[in-house]
Amino acid sequence: MADVITYRQAVAEGIAREMRRDPAVVCLGEDIGAAGGVFKTTAGLYEEFGAGRVWDTPISEQAIVGAAMGAAMTGMRPVAEIMFSDFLACCWDYLANEIPKVRYMTGGQVTVPLVVRTANGGGLGFGAQHSQATENWALTVPGLKIAAPATPADVIGMMAAAIRSDDPVVFFEHKGLFAGKGPPAPPDHVVELGHAAVVREGDDVTLVALASMVPVALSAAERLAEEGIDVEVVDLRCLVPLDVMTVLGSLAKTSRLVVVEENPYQGGWGGTLVSIVADEGFGLLDAPVRRVAAACVPLPFADVLEREVVPTVDKVAATVRDLSAY
Amino acid sequence: MTRVPQPAVGSETGTGPGSEAAELLALYEEMAVIRRTEKAAHDLFLSGLVKGTTHLAAGQEAVAVGASAALRDDDYVFATYRGHHHALARGATPEECLAELMSRASGLCGAKGGSMHLTKASANMLGSYAIVGAHLPLAVGAAWSARLRGTGQLAVAFFGDGATNIGAFHEALNLAAVWRLPVLFVCENNLYMEYTPIADVTAVADPAADRAPAYGIPGETVDGNDVVAVREAVARLAGRARAGDGPGLLEARTYRHYGHSRADPAAYRPAEEVERWLKHDPLDVARGRLAELGMPAETLVAADQRAEAVVQAAVEAAKKAPAPDPRDALTDVWADGGARWRT
Repeated sequence: MADVITYRQAVAEGIAREMRRDPAVVCLGEDIGAAGGVFKTTAGLYEEFGAGRVWDTPISEQAIVGAAMGAAMTGMRPVAEIMFSDFLACCWDYLANEIPKVRYMTGGQVTVPLVVRTANGGGLGFGAQHSQATENWALTVPGLKIAAPATPADVIGMMAAAIRSDDPVVFFEHKGLFAGKGPPAPPDHVVELGHAAVVREGDDVTLVALASMVPVALSAAERLAEEGIDVEVVDLRCLVPLDVMTVLGSLAKTSRLVVVEENPYQGGWGGTLVSIVADEGFGLLDAPVRRVAAACVPLPFADVLEREVVPTVDKVAATVRDLSAY
Repeated sequence: MTRVPQPAVGSETGTGPGSEAAELLALYEEMAVIRRTEKAAHDLFLSGLVKGTTHLAAGQEAVAVGASAALRDDDYVFATYRGHHHALARGATPEECLAELMSRASGLCGAKGGSMHLTKASANMLGSYAIVGAHLPLAVGAAWSARLRGTGQLAVAFFGDGATNIGAFHEALNLAAVWRLPVLFVCENNLYMEYTPIADVTAVADPAADRAPAYGIPGETVDGNDVVAVREAVARLAGRARAGDGPGLLEARTYRHYGHSRADPAAYRPAEEVERWLKHDPLDVARGRLAELGMPAETLVAADQRAEAVVQAAVEAAKKAPAPDPRDALTDVWADGGARWRT
């Protein structure tokens, strides 16, 4: 086994492991077959599993996700790719009205064991319609599980859990992390959905982050350590199930909370998290909670403009610094 | 359906109307049960026992019953919010349908779905969907799944004329054709997309059948009020699709006897048009065919009486059924039966 694996390779490896294990797992999406995906996140699947299990589709997001739903209701475990998470809007009916509701509105008669994978987030200069962090969109609809891994090993472990889940999972792969490297996952690696990870221990302030914001939070923590501020970083890993208990456990130690979100402040997932903390963890806090989230504007194209909008190490460090002095 | 045991009709003794008539009599009785179930739904709504809304399919029974008669029991069916007839044609009982409409625990979906979401998954009737056109890709996916599993099953999506102008219709037809899937698209063209004539908002005469050739699918039309014609057309298309020759599309011309939904008295329909279609009632068409086959009038009367009795008993049973346990509101979100979304 290689010493390191890229996040991009981990996506294909995570899917391949499940396809080897379970013949009911099939993939569909645009350019995912011989082309290996526009982000090369399905590279090698077509060669290993063939056209009978890796299906290229037209540019038809409704047909892709709708067909995945129909297949999932009838004995398959489809893994559908929506190329950019912005395009979830093109098939939003399926994410909002069909997939999360059909089990409930039929009184539990059917299950929908599918994964909708999608490349999420900014950092690559693709402009306002190909750069959004849309994980908060999915959070508005009860009935969807939401995974957003930050490391290659978590990609593999959470992909296994997502594909094995009897519930629908929206799986956000971060574009800005694809080239990143990390230790490979051991064989049979499964990271159950809904378990946050404390990725850096500290006593002074808790930073809660997701996906691309985890390395930002860790970099801020390293910088703040030089200033004598001891930061704990929690990688939330999933928005549903939301691991509130790990966050509250961390706050029992630090008493201070900063949430780091790439999605806009307006409607961002941090609003849900901090409302629970205010409700159930108020007594743990010695300071107000802070949210570092994207500005409420469309994502601009130029790097210098994008940096102004999204959370950066500087912004996170400044917020933590202020809060630790409160 | 409530396939009521049929009395022997003639053929065994070598006299009387024969097996063709016996089969048609069974279809007639299924349609008679649906007609009376829809009338009961209408009356129960007016008496305050059905909440929300209903989209009744009275007048369109022959599409559901004729198509169902041409399908295998394990084929998949997807329907719309005007879907009572499809649930009944695929094995739901009038009692479990009416109980669902009346918010009873014994309803098809435990009173979580209502009129627009009748589903009988144990019979592979995989749901009624209330977002126009959304279920066509689902049927494509079920057909894809059947192909992958090698089961020889077919998937059928029933939809209204209005669905032919929404994107999912076009995406579904194209993908089904490109992948040559065993799926049938059956349009129930009742001439009105809600309150507006479909002809006013569609540039072609047959909104489904005229579009199908653009996707490489032969588009066929049929008299949707003739249960025999529907059965024959669906049987032909089903055979073709099952043989691997790709999807089929059938546009069935029909007419709803009630308005679009409970809020709609359908005053926008010309009186002479309504009169013309009421004279072409699918039950009357079947009666005419049965008479030609020599079916005695008293046999039809007996079938009507059985249908009446089944629906009356269903109404009484549904009225007596208990309401759901309020705690059921927090079940069945996830596959584990619960609704837990956080630690």
